[in-house]
Amino acid sequence: MNNIPNMKPTSINISSQSSTEHSQSYREAFLLVFKRDLTIAFRHKDDILNPLLFFIIVITLFPLGIGPESNTLARIAPGIIWVAALLSTLLSLDRLFKSDHADGSLEQMLLSPHPLFLIVLAKIIAHWCLTGLPLIFVAPLLAILLNLNENSYLALMLTLLIGTPVLSFLGAIGVALTVGIKKGGVLLSLLVLPLYIPVLIFATSAIDTAAMNLPYSGQLAIIAALFIGSLTLSPFAVSAALKVSTN
Amino acid sequence: MPITSLLSAQQLTCIREERILFENLSFNINAGDIIQIEGPNGAGKTSLLRILAGLSQPYEGQVSFNQIPINQDREYFNRHLLYIGHLAGIKGEMSAQENLRFNLALNGLDASQAETTLGKVNLLGFEDALASHLSAGQHRRIALAKLWQSQAPIWILDEPFTAIDKLGVKKLEQLMIDHAKKGGCVILTTHQDLAMPTELYQKIILEYRFY
Amino acid sequence: MWKWLHPYANPEVSYHFTGKLIPWFSKLTFVLLTIGIIWALLFVPADYQQGNSFRIFYLHVPAAMLSMGIYVGMAIAALSSLVWQIKLADASAAAMAPVGAVMTAIALFTGAAWGRPTWGTWWIWDARLTSELILLFLYLGVIALHNAFEDKTLAGKAAGILSLVGVVNIPIIKYSVEWWNTLHQGSTVSKLGAPSMSSEMYWPFLVCLLGFVCFISWVICIRFRNEVLARNAMRPWVRDYVKNVEVR
Repeated sequence: MNNIPNMKPTSINISSQSSTEHSQSYREAFLLVFKRDLTIAFRHKDDILNPLLFFIIVITLFPLGIGPESNTLARIAPGIIWVAALLSTLLSLDRLFKSDHADGSLEQMLLSPHPLFLIVLAKIIAHWCLTGLPLIFVAPLLAILLNLNENSYLALMLTLLIGTPVLSFLGAIGVALTVGIKKGGVLLSLLVLPLYIPVLIFATSAIDTAAMNLPYSGQLAIIAALFIGSLTLSPFAVSAALKVSTN
Repeated sequence: MPITSLLSAQQLTCIREERILFENLSFNINAGDIIQIEGPNGAGKTSLLRILAGLSQPYEGQVSFNQIPINQDREYFNRHLLYIGHLAGIKGEMSAQENLRFNLALNGLDASQAETTLGKVNLLGFEDALASHLSAGQHRRIALAKLWQSQAPIWILDEPFTAIDKLGVKKLEQLMIDHAKKGGCVILTTHQDLAMPTELYQKIILEYRFY
Repeated sequence: MWKWLHPYANPEVSYHFTGKLIPWFSKLTFVLLTIGIIWALLFVPADYQQGNSFRIFYLHVPAAMLSMGIYVGMAIAALSSLVWQIKLADASAAAMAPVGAVMTAIALFTGAAWGRPTWGTWWIWDARLTSELILLFLYLGVIALHNAFEDKTLAGKAAGILSLVGVVNIPIIKYSVEWWNTLHQGSTVSKLGAPSMSSEMYWPFLVCLLGFVCFISWVICIRFRNEVLARNAMRPWVRDYVKNVEVR
């Protein structure tokens, strides 16, 4: 091949990367995708604001439907806030992979030399920062509207802090499975909502327990376990599901 | 000079919606090859490209890169592959340059050269324009821009010339010829005939099957 | 070690093999269920607390056990299809899902019917009924996802991933529901008292359970054969086979 004059000698080679470069490139790949998703979301703010508004509106509907009696509201407040959080996460999940699938960038990510696991993890965490985190900030305000017991505020914030990432991780599996389907929205809720039940049970129970001034670290520990479990397992399931969906 | 086989397809069968697109398809693609895949609509050209890129799984058979099945070590194969599908993968919310930078970095390439690379696809002056304000042809140019920086030996391009003007097509063809000379290979589909001399490229022809 | 299994990975061989099994399963189903149900309804003495209403136990418990069992079977099939690329495992998972859903529905209806005389209401949020209800949702999710794809192979893979995710979650859901139930248990005493089984109650139960197992195996075999035919519709052996059937 040396007889071709304009050939750059190192231009094309079949290489193998040394393992020392890996840890650095892992961090780079993660940050690359993470920053990109945040940039896109900040330039397209509806995606962040709409689920949040949905969360607020759903919660204000309950007192109108049930009646303004403060004891009743305080009794059901944890459940209402958490169910609303589930639903608003569900609504926001669509943007996780849908537009990337529609314009072909998802294919490029699947074919990237970076591990798909990392790319998926970065996308899910970015999604949580955009949709889960804002819920935590507005939740105390809504808790006031629902007359939540004063002792429960910290528990509410903590369960949302550990619990909403679980919702993003589990939800990502559902989105990854339905991203190639035209009318995947309703199907998504059927797939994902049953998986949310444990988080709902333990989170509301932690808030209830806190209202009685009892320790609720047990429930928090279980939610934390769910968090760790979904953090480690769901990116693999999501990667596998994306490969099926783009097939 | 020994012929090095870069990509080999073994006994590929592809079935879509209960129709066999192709069956027991085997071929070798060597360094220096430019392969045009030809066939009517629905014959499975895109499906074949996606199988070669590892995006789709064949019903039967396997694709090997450098004698290693591509599913065995995806990251290794992906480092040596550049695939551009018929979707450009361009985000309207980001500028042309940001899009290219992301694409380059995602492929493990140096993103600092993005501006000069944009110049090569005639997009100078559009670096900071949001991609949503650009045309389809310009989107495709951004997607194609990474070809100029690619180190990957295997290029798989699905309809790369769509929405590209005549001059751009010519430049692209020259780039492919150079790439093949450097020891790479190009696999592409296109509806228009390639303008390059016929001895430089080969064809794989897929026929439409009715069952 | 697995060599003997190899011929059955061929769709044609396993199609004909399951075809031979079907008459056996159907006969066994009729014999076992007839014996089991007559025995359970007429000869087992009434429970001293619940009277005759407990006899629905002979339908409820086998259905509930199998509803869980089929899900696990489906997940195992999904795993072998995803990991070892066994295409027939896909077909069998697809065959199992609706059968499992129906078993779950039977368990729910019989549970509610049993609840009426026992608790005085059709539905209470009993831990086992609740987790059975959630299991039904999981089944419906798998079936809906399966139907949402045009391509059977893709549908099988997607539904397979979902059923694996489901099987990891089922124990978590089950324990969280049980825990939730003990936490919120108010004045209503709920646990379906599974009557402590004496041997005269136990044997007919075993016969019924076996009858149910044969029944679902029968139905799953039929469905499996249909799935195999549908997935191989473009294969010559299916074309020949279908032509011959029409001539008969």
